[in-house]
Amino acid sequence: MSLLVVEAAGLQTTVQDFGREGFGVLGVSASGAADTVALRLGNLLLENPPDTPALEMTLTGGTFLFPNGAVICLAGANFGAELDGKALELWRPHAILPGKRVALGATRDYARCYLCVAGGIGVADFLGSASTHLLSGLGGWKGRALHKGDVLPIGKLERNIRQRKLRPGVLETLKPGKKLRVTQGPQFDWFSEEARKALLGDEFAVSEESNRIGLRLDGPRLAARANAEMISEGTPVGAIQVTPSGQAILLFVEQQTTGGYPKIANVIGADLHSVGQLRPRDTIRFQEVSLAAARKQWIEQQELLAWEERLFA
Amino acid sequence: MRFQAASDQTLLIYLGEEIGAAAHDRVARLVRLLQREPVRWLRNIQPAYCSLLITFDAAAVDHAEVQAKISELEKRAKKVPVAQPRLVEVPVCYGGEFGPDLEWVGAQRGLTAERVVELHIAPTYHAYFLGFAPGFAYLGDLPEEIAVSRLETPRKEVAAGSVGIAGRQSAIYPFGTPGGWRLIGRTPLEIFRRERDPMGLIAIGDQVKFRPITRAEFLAARQA
Repeated sequence: MSLLVVEAAGLQTTVQDFGREGFGVLGVSASGAADTVALRLGNLLLENPPDTPALEMTLTGGTFLFPNGAVICLAGANFGAELDGKALELWRPHAILPGKRVALGATRDYARCYLCVAGGIGVADFLGSASTHLLSGLGGWKGRALHKGDVLPIGKLERNIRQRKLRPGVLETLKPGKKLRVTQGPQFDWFSEEARKALLGDEFAVSEESNRIGLRLDGPRLAARANAEMISEGTPVGAIQVTPSGQAILLFVEQQTTGGYPKIANVIGADLHSVGQLRPRDTIRFQEVSLAAARKQWIEQQELLAWEERLFA
Repeated sequence: MRFQAASDQTLLIYLGEEIGAAAHDRVARLVRLLQREPVRWLRNIQPAYCSLLITFDAAAVDHAEVQAKISELEKRAKKVPVAQPRLVEVPVCYGGEFGPDLEWVGAQRGLTAERVVELHIAPTYHAYFLGFAPGFAYLGDLPEEIAVSRLETPRKEVAAGSVGIAGRQSAIYPFGTPGGWRLIGRTPLEIFRRERDPMGLIAIGDQVKFRPITRAEFLAARQA
């Protein structure tokens, strides 16, 4: 067994895979990587199965020692990773020799960087997934973000690595955006004409009080027309719910599974990875699309990723 | 039955428009049928008081196809036998450090703390659904006499086992999480344990009865 030693943990580093979808009846939200596209591509470059658990780092990365070596790939945001003072390129496999350490710093572009390891991170599954659910302290590594001194089992160092590269244009097509496409939420009609116009016309800033549970969006107040009491119902990931004060909150991967605030819109599946890469103070806009258009985008994105995986198989 | 797309990959199914046994019975039966006869494209089911949120594989089906399948299932759901509800007894130490809002609730509704406890233990509660956090059951219906609003600002950390009330509902916090409900007591029971089968102490459709215990009994149970 090979090990990864956490010498510095970074701001919030957790073990994530695609999450544990399907346990809503138990009140369990899926959790999982905030940017599944980056995780999937990182794993692909290492010839791992697409949902292999990796470390998800947030805004500032950590320093990790590999006493037995490993093959790694960094995916997602650029955290200025270095190996012995030399820059480590994103989106390609690197052999880390025994006793070497990888140091990451503050982000230079997006919110989350994935440290994928050939053979994965070895944590016990909870309900079929290695993902950490921070709110309930379940899954992942001891149900929490990593601390300095943690020692995690990882896949073995393979010296004859294949230098895989993504097809040109793939990263450009899948690049996280700041214009998020949305479909109408189930209570869209509850909102005034002004609120709907503001949602689709104005800018919103991602608040500092944003995390994997949800992103608070500072911008115009989105008043609901009727102050009718809503009965709590299931909430999809990517839902934009509005509190009685008009504050918009974008529900994310560790969201509460049900909620009683009206939902004006919902980010489309093909843009959820972009949400995972938003930083506090980023400004975003929303653009409305039809359900049919959203579905087409989703299928195209899935086909692009599947095609890339077939090329590597 | 009413359908509403909630996102490009989810569909809301409303099986009633008010909280109560009738709507909940339809929700529970449809959940049971979907669990017994899983559909290939079904990714998740999230029941609530009067509705079910279905997450589906959008690469395989669209909303219309999901709606057609659910309509067909719902016709048969009426005949699905539902399990005999279990009766779960929950011991609670009320007030003091375990129930910091007990006195406040009494003052708010013009009742003594003792009366608040009497009213809280009076009903046999129905577990409508689980949400918020793993194992967090929405229990109803709390007597109107002790119905209170949520906290304006939720507490950053509520101790595991805390018994809260909000509106006509009660619940037990399974983990130390943030929480906005008014806390009136605490149970020594473990609400959610991953090594246990089933993991949750309370499941959808269960009946729950609260029983008051002393601080000494609480501490003894915690040690056991």
